[in-house]
Amino acid sequence: MSATEHGHEDHGHHHKETFVTKYIFSQDHKMIAKQYLITGVLIMGFIGIAMSLLFRMQLAWPGESFSVFEAFLGKWAPGGVMDADIYLALVTMHGTIMVFFVLTAGLSGTFSNLLIPLQIGARDMASGFLNMLSFWMFFVSAVIMVISLFVEAGPAAAGWTIYPPLSALPMAQPGSGAGMTLWLVSMAIFIASSLLGSLNYIVTVLNLRTKGMSMTRLPLTIWAFFVTAVIGVISFPVLLSAALLLIMDRSFGTSFFLSDIFIQGEVLHYQGGSPVLFEHLFWFLGHPEVYIVILPAMGIVSEVMAVNARKPIFGYRAMIASILAIAFLSTIVWGHHMFISGMNPFLGSVFTFTTLLIAIPSAVKAFNWITTLWKGNLQLNPGMLFSIGMVSTFITGGLTGIILGDSTLDINVHDTYFVVAHFHLVMGISALYGLFAGVYHWFPKMFEGKMMNKNLGYVHFWITAIGSYGIFFPMHFVGMAGVPRRYYENTAFPMFDELTNVQVLMTVFAIITAGAQLVFAFNFIRSIFYGKKGPLNPWKATTLEWTAPQEHIHGNWPGAIPHVHRWAYDYSKTHENGEYILPGQDFVPQTVPLQDNEEELNH
Amino acid sequence: MTALLTLSVLVLVAIAIWQMTKIFELSQLKAESTEVATDSDNNYNGYLLFGFLIFIYGITIFSFAKYNKMLLPEASSAHGGEYDQLMWVSFAIIFFVQTITQALLHYFGYKYRGEEGKKALFFADNDRLEFIWTIIPVIVLAGLILWGLYSWTNIMDINDEDDPLIVELYAQQFNWSARYGGEDNVLGDASVRLIDIDRANVLGLDEADPNGADDIIVKELHLPVGRKVNFMMRSQDVLHSAYMPHFRAQMNCVPGMITQFSFTPTITTEEIRLNPDVIEKVKRTNAIRAKRAAAGEPNSDPWEYDYILLCNKICGKSHYNMQMKIIVETEEEYNKWIAEQATFKETLATVE
Repeated sequence: MSATEHGHEDHGHHHKETFVTKYIFSQDHKMIAKQYLITGVLIMGFIGIAMSLLFRMQLAWPGESFSVFEAFLGKWAPGGVMDADIYLALVTMHGTIMVFFVLTAGLSGTFSNLLIPLQIGARDMASGFLNMLSFWMFFVSAVIMVISLFVEAGPAAAGWTIYPPLSALPMAQPGSGAGMTLWLVSMAIFIASSLLGSLNYIVTVLNLRTKGMSMTRLPLTIWAFFVTAVIGVISFPVLLSAALLLIMDRSFGTSFFLSDIFIQGEVLHYQGGSPVLFEHLFWFLGHPEVYIVILPAMGIVSEVMAVNARKPIFGYRAMIASILAIAFLSTIVWGHHMFISGMNPFLGSVFTFTTLLIAIPSAVKAFNWITTLWKGNLQLNPGMLFSIGMVSTFITGGLTGIILGDSTLDINVHDTYFVVAHFHLVMGISALYGLFAGVYHWFPKMFEGKMMNKNLGYVHFWITAIGSYGIFFPMHFVGMAGVPRRYYENTAFPMFDELTNVQVLMTVFAIITAGAQLVFAFNFIRSIFYGKKGPLNPWKATTLEWTAPQEHIHGNWPGAIPHVHRWAYDYSKTHENGEYILPGQDFVPQTVPLQDNEEELNH
Repeated sequence: MTALLTLSVLVLVAIAIWQMTKIFELSQLKAESTEVATDSDNNYNGYLLFGFLIFIYGITIFSFAKYNKMLLPEASSAHGGEYDQLMWVSFAIIFFVQTITQALLHYFGYKYRGEEGKKALFFADNDRLEFIWTIIPVIVLAGLILWGLYSWTNIMDINDEDDPLIVELYAQQFNWSARYGGEDNVLGDASVRLIDIDRANVLGLDEADPNGADDIIVKELHLPVGRKVNFMMRSQDVLHSAYMPHFRAQMNCVPGMITQFSFTPTITTEEIRLNPDVIEKVKRTNAIRAKRAAAGEPNSDPWEYDYILLCNKICGKSHYNMQMKIIVETEEEYNKWIAEQATFKETLATVE
């Protein structure tokens, strides 16, 4: 299985790299990781979060005139008052950008690329070329998505789930014209990019592990990235078919999703299609998608938490089993988005059953993380704080899933702010925390030993932690009061009048929290240039990436690839007499062979 | 109120920043500065984690104290009582778990904050512990699943027992119509292909179907209290969702198919207006509206409590204002009202 001696020994002295091959069309996984981070997270993330601020302002102060609206939205905000169509477009694009570009490509793309070869002990990805292609297709899809913001009739506005017929009929809303066409084209390219990336990750993990690196010695990050790639390969093609059929309905007059439509004074020719079919196809990806988003964050948190707790992750095998269980279940629960779609109620019962089962592996993970902290020697670095924060928001957000996953209870909170609060906490904020934990932790690996400023990191964490709960905790109550999501303003219903105060509170928190992200961006960019260089292994971690030299070389290790002799979590392991295995050092790197009298525990 | 909230947020942030600068200063004192957490970083952040636990509890209590009264009043439908009960039990479980797990998580973060030279416990697994926290969720969830599925099957069992009133809810961008079966309580056939705006046949009824002649099409939904209503839902253009939060009822309206939902209203509009929670809510809301009126702002007329049907599936520009009033009344009031409405045949006749 593990490949070691495969003709790479002569690395480092025959490449002549130009600027283009080094920084632009790079095939080096470390550079591609940084490209994903900067395009996916920094740039797309900035756009996505900025959009959310615009519509949050509209929600808090409905119909009010703001000069920012006029500046950014132009003709869509006549006199500085936001137009209802552009409100829906902002909501739609915020969702699309955050879910796909930031949390799928940005998170997975960055850390799978950076860590898979480094942590399994490989020179690079199985195919550097495909990896490069994957990034550049992602880049093209991001560019197309951004271009769609500028078309005359406005970008896609049917919600990030783009349910037809709304998304299929340009006469139903202006955003379903050229904006939706570009959305679909962008997503088709995005899916191809994601598949190339995922296949590469799978092959690399299976074939290129160094000697001694059995599957049960892999760090949990790699397990998470690996399983994420597998569910991506299984489910993304289904979204591609949904997108293709929708393109056909829109442009070639087919009736896959459309039937019996009378709009603007005329009957359309569509007959026999079903919007419910689209919902099935969309959520067949859409639900695994939220696990594609959260699993890498879980992997990162498991790793960062163990390192900083100076303890092995509790229940390593249970953690792997729960990743596998979550991945399996994630593909058979999509119907819980459709309890009241007109789908057969019996089918709803089945999906309720499978959905609530997912709570079991999720609970196991949460308990294992908490136990990992117990009796640790917690090094509260920014990465560690974000890991603890992730567990906190994952629990808070996950628990309300018990209500939404129950078909009965879903009836009255479906599509209300309760849902918005739930998924933002459990997959949005949690995944972002995982991402931040990863960036703080592996920044030295990405930027040749330079480290991010920890004090700015602390400021970033604490404001974000308070702000996120400040936004999303009260939001549950807005949902339970019956306020539907995707309403341009709630003024048409006097029963929602008194909830405007809550909207103001949430918006104020949102603006503050977004401000804190600027602290992160500043810290990130400053540290790239002026960051303090730390030691080779700043967090005293056991995994292989910290044995590679700080300066990036093609092939990762100058000499032979290190061999692995133990699992990744020998932190604070002692002999029976209470002495550390390696005297004076509370961790044993994976490269250190078993010592005399040392017992290899069967974890 | 808003000003107070904003102020408290700003104070919290100010405290956070003040604490941060303190950490910053303290870490500067050390001759050798490092970007790896030191004992003093661990100390400060450990305490902050504990503070954060109090913040989580605080925002929970604050939200309940401030917002609980804004939630929907008691359910006004027969199945709604059971819905509310299941919701209450689920919430009780959720808050129990939330309180304990957040406490453990943040308390451990505080208690075991790092110290130079301290030895962590090598504790890699424990089968019994893991078994316990696997089996407890299994049992609790099994209970919730069974209860939920039992209610779900009851709610979604739409049948013709007990002589239900048949009502069609018809959705289009951006308004609702309701169609009653009339004398025979049977809806006439309809299709969007039969819509004839010039003849005022806006719902596309089949004029040849005798069942449709006595159908009654209205823009306000009247329901007799205590009688089961079977809703048949249609949409003529895009997806809509008929959301009746006071009755714990919702179903999407899908072009090309008929979807169904059924419930029995149990509280009349007049009765719900006398509910103490509702009286309070109306009082608060009208205070807000009076303030608006004083400032000369629009949308400031005093409000009278009503049941409402909302669109809850994104449907385009005016999605946010797609609504229909629902009036639950006594059998006699309902009969009187329905007798005054024009039948489909009569509307056609006036056009001709």
